[in-house]
Amino acid sequence: MRLGSVPSVKLLPTRDKGSAVGGPSRTPESARTSWVRQLLLKPTFGPLIVLLAFCAIFSVATRTFFAAGNLSLVVQQSVIVGTLAIGQTMIILTAGVDLANGGIAVLGTIVAGRLVVEQQNPALSLLFALILCTGFGLVAGVLVSRLMLPPFIVTLGLLGIITAITRLVAHGGAFPVTDDLLAWTGNVFALGDTSITYGMVIMFGLYLLVWYLLTQTAWGRHVYAIGNNREAARLVGIPVQSRLLSVYTFAGLLYGIGSWLALGRIPNADPNALQNANLDSITAVVIGGTSLFGGRGSLWGTLIGTLIVSVLRNGLTLTGIDPLWQDLVTGILVISAVALDQVSKRRQR
Amino acid sequence: MKAEQKPELPPRGTVVLEARGVVKRYGHVTALDGADLELVAGEVLAIVGDNGAGKSTLIKVLCGAVVPDEGKVLLDGVPVHFRNPLDARKLGIETVYQDLAVAPALDIATNLFLGRELRRRGKLGSWFRLLDKSRMRREAQREMDELKFHLPSIDSAVEKLSGGQRQGVAVARAAIFARRLVIMDEPTAALGVRESGQVLNLIRTIRDRGLPVILISHDMPHVFEVADRIQIMRLGRRAALTTPQRHTMSEVVAIMTGAAPGDEQTSPV
Repeated sequence: MRLGSVPSVKLLPTRDKGSAVGGPSRTPESARTSWVRQLLLKPTFGPLIVLLAFCAIFSVATRTFFAAGNLSLVVQQSVIVGTLAIGQTMIILTAGVDLANGGIAVLGTIVAGRLVVEQQNPALSLLFALILCTGFGLVAGVLVSRLMLPPFIVTLGLLGIITAITRLVAHGGAFPVTDDLLAWTGNVFALGDTSITYGMVIMFGLYLLVWYLLTQTAWGRHVYAIGNNREAARLVGIPVQSRLLSVYTFAGLLYGIGSWLALGRIPNADPNALQNANLDSITAVVIGGTSLFGGRGSLWGTLIGTLIVSVLRNGLTLTGIDPLWQDLVTGILVISAVALDQVSKRRQR
Repeated sequence: MKAEQKPELPPRGTVVLEARGVVKRYGHVTALDGADLELVAGEVLAIVGDNGAGKSTLIKVLCGAVVPDEGKVLLDGVPVHFRNPLDARKLGIETVYQDLAVAPALDIATNLFLGRELRRRGKLGSWFRLLDKSRMRREAQREMDELKFHLPSIDSAVEKLSGGQRQGVAVARAAIFARRLVIMDEPTAALGVRESGQVLNLIRTIRDRGLPVILISHDMPHVFEVADRIQIMRLGRRAALTTPQRHTMSEVVAIMTGAAPGDEQTSPV
């Protein structure tokens, strides 16, 4: 804690001596002990405790949960939503929301799956799918930033449009993917006795990359500032429109990568897949402690939120409990997370 | 942003910013009808006027938010043409807005450098765009110390501060980055009595460090407390230029409302 170096706790020396201004004052003792509070107040702390608690419960309740193979499966099952949730986090941090991310990713899988059958060029098919997904992100970004339309409406409309396009492209069928490149993200390598897919590596890589962008660059600070107080961001000279455009476009690229991960996970491009991925990604973001009002939250929280949902599903299945309970518990977690966010906000006022 | 990077401040008494015969019309409404203004180095110039007297339009012209129809703005005697606030900012004019223009969830240091973040030197900064957080924290702390504005911690979120401290952050940001002058539009309007005191102290500190300040305020006691000179606006032009010593508060209000003649009312435009 560097706080200790600030010796004076007095506010500005006002002329009337007795005036204690209503701001928080800090005694040296509280500065010394505050690293504990700091840790407790970290937005990822609560979600992490929940994740560890679920892991502990399922490890005790079943013999199969806490095994390298099963834990690897838990992560594998979370790569698609986990990747979509990265884009969702960036957008929610700007006080937006994206309902189209799952739809964009499914379109990516269908386009890549169909092109690779018809053109026999896997690399170009994949590249085209990535560009297409990025393009839809760009469209959303233009509508949100230039036309100032509400993100909820923009992405709801886009979801309908993209789902229709997907069905038109798919002609009502699915495309089994046999190509090595398209299914490569599902390939496994061993790390000790844990099997790791390349998809997992890509997802963790993307988390690292976006964490860096959000916390270590000016761009990330602008993203937070726009979500926190858009008018203030504009007044201090942040190019709000181009930042928003870059967020949505980059999210589109992430959804494209998500479609590649989806092909690796289930090598069959199905227009009916990932129906709830948009809501699942919002769930992960919210459980991870990011505020739906924008400007607060962390990407690691989203990763933890994704894992919580995945652990819950896996663990309940292993214990033999009806998986319907998973939706119930997830629902409770979502409401608790938002309630906590609201309470902490109200306390700060 | 660093004190040593600041250019030599002009000697006390020279005109830093000047507006001559500025006219701004909105349709049939003439908001500014040949308004003049001179800001002298080392002073706090307060601009007062009734609603619709043209003081906020004049300020918007000076900070680049409004492009005038006629008239000139000169910075250090050189004509300037601001198309937007960024133009004015590039020439060293910083503006503090009435509504608290801060991001409450972000910490003080981040807010101070928002939109003007410092990056690491070398490849880490230019290639990887890595922020230099420790340098920003250090400089933010140093500037706050220099402004004698004491805050619990440069790392605490702005939302944990009182209203006066928050406005202090906005004022400090302007003071850190301004090289020529600071414009403050009703900086105490949203604040209580004690909190206003903090901000008024800050205004004095900024002036004493050599940056002239233009202060727009409705609050006569605040104006009389910090202003070196008072420009009274009426009907889109300067009605009088006075000092807190020459006129009393009620006399200033009388000129503002037209009950008493201002000394420039008959001057041709």
